[in-house]
Amino acid sequence: MNSRRRLVVVGNGMVGHRFVDQLTSGPQSDGWDVTVFCDETRLAYDRVNLSKFFEGQGADGLTLATAEHYAAAGVRVLVGQNAVAVDRAAKVVRSSTGQAVPYDRLVLATGSYPFVPALEGREAAGCFVYRTIADLEAIRAYAADVSVGAVVGGGLLGLEAANALRNLGLETHVVEMAARLMPLQVDEIGGAVLKRRIEALGVGVHTGMATKRILVEEGRVVGLQFADGGQLDTAMVVFSAGIRPRDELGRACGLAIASRAGIVVDQHCRTSDPDIFAIGECASWDGRVYGLVAPGYRMAEIAVEQLGGGGDRHLTTFDMSTKLKLLGVDVASFGDAFGLDAGAHTVSLVDTVAGVYKRLVVSADKQRLLGGILVGDAAAYNQLLAMVQTRTALPAEPDELILPRREGSTRGGGLSPANLPAEALICSCHNVSKGEICEAIATKNLLDVPSVKKCTKAGSGCGSCSTLVGEILKVELKKAGVTVNHGICEHFPHSRQELFHLVRVKRHRTFDEVAEAHGKGAGCEICKPAVASILASLWNEYVLGPDHAGLQDTNDRALANMQRDGTYSVVPRVPGGEITPRQLIVLGEVAERFGLYSKITGAQRVDLFGATLDQLPAIWRQLIAAGFESGHAYGKALRTVKSCVGSTWCRFGVQDSVSFAIRLENRYKGLRSPHKLKAAASGCARECAEAQGKDFGVIATEKGYNLYVCGNGGMKPQHAQLLASDLDEDTVLRYVDRFLMFYVRTADRLERTATWLNKLEGGIEYLRRVVVDDALGIAAELEAEMKNVVDTYQCEWTTTLGDPDKLKMFRTFVNSDAPDPGIVRVPLRQQHRPATVEERQSMVRPAETDRRAQ
Amino acid sequence: MDADVVADQAEWIDVCALDDIRPKAAVCALVGRRQVAIFRPGTAPALYALDNIDPFSQASVLSRGIMGDRNGVPKIASPIFKQSFDLRTGICLDDAAVRVAAFPVRVRDGRVQVKVDVQLDSPSVTK
Repeated sequence: MNSRRRLVVVGNGMVGHRFVDQLTSGPQSDGWDVTVFCDETRLAYDRVNLSKFFEGQGADGLTLATAEHYAAAGVRVLVGQNAVAVDRAAKVVRSSTGQAVPYDRLVLATGSYPFVPALEGREAAGCFVYRTIADLEAIRAYAADVSVGAVVGGGLLGLEAANALRNLGLETHVVEMAARLMPLQVDEIGGAVLKRRIEALGVGVHTGMATKRILVEEGRVVGLQFADGGQLDTAMVVFSAGIRPRDELGRACGLAIASRAGIVVDQHCRTSDPDIFAIGECASWDGRVYGLVAPGYRMAEIAVEQLGGGGDRHLTTFDMSTKLKLLGVDVASFGDAFGLDAGAHTVSLVDTVAGVYKRLVVSADKQRLLGGILVGDAAAYNQLLAMVQTRTALPAEPDELILPRREGSTRGGGLSPANLPAEALICSCHNVSKGEICEAIATKNLLDVPSVKKCTKAGSGCGSCSTLVGEILKVELKKAGVTVNHGICEHFPHSRQELFHLVRVKRHRTFDEVAEAHGKGAGCEICKPAVASILASLWNEYVLGPDHAGLQDTNDRALANMQRDGTYSVVPRVPGGEITPRQLIVLGEVAERFGLYSKITGAQRVDLFGATLDQLPAIWRQLIAAGFESGHAYGKALRTVKSCVGSTWCRFGVQDSVSFAIRLENRYKGLRSPHKLKAAASGCARECAEAQGKDFGVIATEKGYNLYVCGNGGMKPQHAQLLASDLDEDTVLRYVDRFLMFYVRTADRLERTATWLNKLEGGIEYLRRVVVDDALGIAAELEAEMKNVVDTYQCEWTTTLGDPDKLKMFRTFVNSDAPDPGIVRVPLRQQHRPATVEERQSMVRPAETDRRAQ
Repeated sequence: MDADVVADQAEWIDVCALDDIRPKAAVCALVGRRQVAIFRPGTAPALYALDNIDPFSQASVLSRGIMGDRNGVPKIASPIFKQSFDLRTGICLDDAAVRVAAFPVRVRDGRVQVKVDVQLDSPSVTK
């Protein structure tokens, strides 16, 4: 007889998945045959970070569960199947497809659905909710054809939805019935500060507005009508007016339901039927439904423990503290945010210039922090929350906790992580305390944040505590006397930034000087190119000079890009993407003459592939004769400045983005940097050049240009951030000079601008102070260094062609003019590509056999 | 085939002048059907010779990598996927199961000579 018991889980959202994951990875997993109903066509995904779907992450980046993972755990998942009825007498769950799945224990994790007010017109095309990936896909598809969107609901999710619409390029409005945004989390002043910041982003905020009906024409949304008679033109509406528990399965089978909806559970998540549990947003405990993931996760863990025969964990009042970044604005609310405790005091900071509001609620005896609200700057959230939860004594002057740290001042800057008590909760997603983190660091010899995350799970939920985890790690390592090795390789104990400073201060000019003074050994493929890049950034000498040639990465050495068969591709510079017909013809002629595969690159240039080492000089000679120069496609250097056609041809362009892109590209061409750099100039807000996806970019406004920096991000795409607005061209150049030089000087080896900014303490605000306000007083120096680079620019192809000795480096064989016999081509769409290793072997082998036979 | 066995069967073959290989540089020579990378890591005339074909990519490129050392072992990093090879033995420092042929090399009267069995193609192609 089968002793295994049957467990059915209805729902595969975040909480349902967490439940299965905990069960199958824990000691209770034995003895249960698990079947999961998943009514979406996707397995569990990260709904909390749903908005990242629009930020380039896509659906895959949100995945929490995979079919392979479930299969390996022996879990049967019925994807796309809806559980429609529970027969408690027969202990069977019935599906929409007629399946009947028997259970010994049943877990309902059906979650919630978005509440849509019963307004006239809500069935029209253009009405959406914001809940699932399918919803987001539908929103994106519809948004492609319209230009204005409105969100009904100004709470957490409403503002996220507004951000999504804005990212889709729509004119965006938020409509909130209450007198302020986020009425559940922030007070009146906080709401006002938040509103101003959001309006500054160009989002229309309409508070105190009750929507009366949806205006519809020809079946499509055309606007909203308000109770006061006013109306708003909009082509789509996203409802985000709260959630309602999906308790219909429980209702239909007679489980106890709370008066305000939700399946009633006890402190062990058991429903009125002891064999049925309910967890997450479909459950009601103590008269409340919790719409946050952390309580849902706690419920999942408790239910797992109960299945294993019980345990002492049970539900306790949940902390509803939240921290979010909404439309780029930090908002946090924690503890007794509104000061409801009798006699509570308030310490607050209102700075409508910077758009910052911080409120601390202090106990009547002034000894403890009870809660607070942060708008515009929530960096201190985790520490303040920890103070509330651990009842840490307040410092003598609590305003220190919210005052920003100012240059030269000892006041402000908050509480150091070193002073947090061990029981302080650092990661509220996974319930990890400072003590647990410290213990893991000490006992498992953890040396970096990723291993702390892996080991303790801290920081692997919403990620908001990652910085704090990093700070704790730093403090602990320092305490333990561990010197963290940040040397770039075994030959240098220094970081790239330190090497940069050493080279600059000691005025080293060659790798040997640097190695002799600061390193050991013969160097390697990591430190040699890094030092070469530093030398190039500082002194801008010819990269193939006698002291430098051997340091260069292959591409820099050949001044072309090595491809997989050892041949090269050649990319001449096409500043701003503007090219004459004659030059286009020459590119074609060169490609034909040398048998090159040609392709338009991703950044407005033409790439010619398949040149052998010895062909490169002849190719360059012909290109240079046609007015081209090196495009530095091979270097960690400025590549291109992409442009749209701007006001020269475009109906909408408000500035001449082509001329400006060419000016920018010619200024920074060849600048060596820690990572390759790309830029763009858009002639109007339509952003055809995608300037916000570049290391630096400008977007024309009526008054000049807005300057964005540190976009791109590579594998993890990241939008550029606005550094300054409405600048004239000369000011843009000045700021970009400073920005680029500051980055070149301080970034790590192969560190992109986006990553560099993420690690820069104080982030974009600090960068703005350095670049725009010259807070460090180094702007003139940075500009002078850039001027030196600009003044000493040379086309490396031209320099190389003029030096017969250098041309020797481009011989395939030192003793023969024969071509490399290993290069084999395969036809591809009227061009050709390199043969794969397999293809090459199958082509070479017969000839080889013949030779042997002779 | 082992490099030492190859060396026993082969004669010293003149390849180029020592001056054709700048200090801290490498060249590739065509010796019979073999492509041989010759490395000159320092300013001294000391040389190393390896098969030029990178076994990970099959491209004939080792002479175009960056020279250096790992824990004192002189090495070349392939320019394609950056695996390093011991210049003395041809053993891959990142995967000891992989090696390229290493050839005896010497300088006589300012000329570079290598011992290579010219009858064979580079082993990575014939294997």
